[in-house]
Amino acid sequence: MKPFGYLDGLVVPLDRPNVDTDAIIPKQFLKSIRRSGFGPNLFDEWRYLDHGEPGMDNSKRKPNPDFVLNAPRYRGAQILLARENFGCGSSREHAPWALEDYGFRAIIAPSFADIFYNNCFKNGLLPIVLDAKIVDRLFAETFGNEGYRLAIDLQKQVVVMPSGERIGFEVDAFRKHCLIEGLDDIGLTLVHGDEIRAFEDRYRGAQPWLFIGNEK
Amino acid sequence: MKARNLYDKLWDSHVVREEKDGTALLYIDRHLVHEVTSPQAFEGLRLAGRKPWRTGSVLAVADHNVPTTGREGGIRDAVSRLQVETLDSNCEDYGILEFRMNDLRQGIVHVVGPEQGATLPGMTVVCGDSHTSTHGAFAALAFGIGTSEVEHVLATQCLLGKKSKSMRIAVEGELGRGVTAKDIALYVIGRIGTAGGTGYAIEFSGSAVSALSMEGRMTLCNMAIEAGARAGMVAVDEKTIEYLRGRPFSPQGELWESACSYWRTLTSDAGAHFDAMVAIDAAEIRPQVTWGTSPEMVVAIDGAVPDPKNFSDPVKRQGMERALVYMGLSPNQKIEEIAVDKIFIGSCTNSRIEDLRAAANVVKGRHVAKNIRLAMVVPGSGLVKRQAEKEGLDRVFQEAGFEWREPGCSMCLAMNDDRLSPGERCASTSNRNFEGRQGQGGRTHLVSPELAAAAAIAGHFVDPGRLP
Repeated sequence: MKPFGYLDGLVVPLDRPNVDTDAIIPKQFLKSIRRSGFGPNLFDEWRYLDHGEPGMDNSKRKPNPDFVLNAPRYRGAQILLARENFGCGSSREHAPWALEDYGFRAIIAPSFADIFYNNCFKNGLLPIVLDAKIVDRLFAETFGNEGYRLAIDLQKQVVVMPSGERIGFEVDAFRKHCLIEGLDDIGLTLVHGDEIRAFEDRYRGAQPWLFIGNEK
Repeated sequence: MKARNLYDKLWDSHVVREEKDGTALLYIDRHLVHEVTSPQAFEGLRLAGRKPWRTGSVLAVADHNVPTTGREGGIRDAVSRLQVETLDSNCEDYGILEFRMNDLRQGIVHVVGPEQGATLPGMTVVCGDSHTSTHGAFAALAFGIGTSEVEHVLATQCLLGKKSKSMRIAVEGELGRGVTAKDIALYVIGRIGTAGGTGYAIEFSGSAVSALSMEGRMTLCNMAIEAGARAGMVAVDEKTIEYLRGRPFSPQGELWESACSYWRTLTSDAGAHFDAMVAIDAAEIRPQVTWGTSPEMVVAIDGAVPDPKNFSDPVKRQGMERALVYMGLSPNQKIEEIAVDKIFIGSCTNSRIEDLRAAANVVKGRHVAKNIRLAMVVPGSGLVKRQAEKEGLDRVFQEAGFEWREPGCSMCLAMNDDRLSPGERCASTSNRNFEGRQGQGGRTHLVSPELAAAAAIAGHFVDPGRLP
């Protein structure tokens, strides 16, 4: 996983609530057995005028000029500014994979759906929850100022506006640590392998019926 | 001892260790796996040289990509086929039990688990699928996870996480005639919103929930995620226990007795604390129909499409306006006047035997309307299909003009060939009406099996009680 420390990035505003993971990456692209390559199909149904299928040459497709990601002023954006309940719906990790593959490193919204929020941290993508009023302001500033950028300092847990104004945000200490270090949490968990085994033995004694069925 | 709610009990009994900040290592009892969210997890495992911790905890089935017709010829779409074959070979490599496509036990993972008794009370159940909340109907702590977590559970039998807040949604009283578990679910989402349960584990309780069958409770818990909650659950009662008796994975003999006595403790203690409480009068709930592109955009069958002008919040108003354009509807249009093109009865929400019986009951002796291009029934599993055929439901549906298909997720998310064309309108018993969910440009209205069946007969939404 790519570590996340400090980011100074261009902001793109996606001004609609309840953006679901079906919209972020439509189902036909979930047939892939790979983890990468989803970026060109991020927001596929909004981003292109034609219907996308896996294996198409996306550079030959007709982009939707009305979709915000296609506006030249937002090209190369690394911060997605979004509305409430971003990432609702399916648990597909293809959604953060697509956002990350496109080039996003952080998403700012008033709220996120739980599973999506959790999935972001596993992929070097930082979801930041800010008060809805502040998000409103950021939308206004992004729309009003071409080339609008924000700086994000994860260590200090602040978003810094071009004016120098600093907005603090909350992030779970463990997730922050993993993101800053780019840590694989499976390795961290396996450090406690003996404890897991001991738990399992006690548990097997108490509820042996959980260890039958298809147990080999 | 302090009074604990059901979620507290399920959580506490699975904590392997806990850090000072509350991050816990949670032991996982049952890991359900399907073909879409697992290939990258198995690949990760392989690249790291790791092995599954406990293969016996894993049960795999392909459901998202499988065709619902012509299976003898295999899967035609090469990309889908590769994904299903990848699941087959991963399961074979690691010695994981899988119900393959042509196995009678194959079906939608959330139908198969409970049907096999692979979901038991007191378990933690995970799957790389948000509708894992379904299994909470058995007083299990069940929730959807992403692919990284699928890999984490495979490798460690545990998940890292913090405890959610708890919410009790009590539905008291008697449901009106023709009101189903699906209507409770949609009504609740309409009330609390699609983010109303975010950060919570929901326990559904109250006399109307107790009165539901296990199938109904599964429908209700299935849609907890549509209210934003990763987990939904219902306490154990005698219905839970009777449902599980004699299932292939259920304990037997002495073990069954000791399991039952433990399971009976899986209820919220009197006076247990919840972080949020919602009280709902069952009598208020009418059959529900969604009109928009989010499950919270829902009204009663005898209602009308709302007018965005009456909503002051600009974000909400714009969302409604956009939804109306996408859905091709106008404010104040009566729900019963909306004509539909396709009917889908299926999905992990509503494809169990009880759902098919209810729909067949509406359809019996009638025929689908002329304007219906396709009406299909997709049973939740091969075993549901066989049971339905034993009862003659397949004939009822086919004589009425429905297609009778093979089990799978099908048009709930349209990863296989079953999908809507742009602009087509569908009465669907599934769980998500998002833009493009059932096919690009498709328009989905979420309803109960009874309402979907009635819409097939009338050609438009109608209260089944008013069918001629």
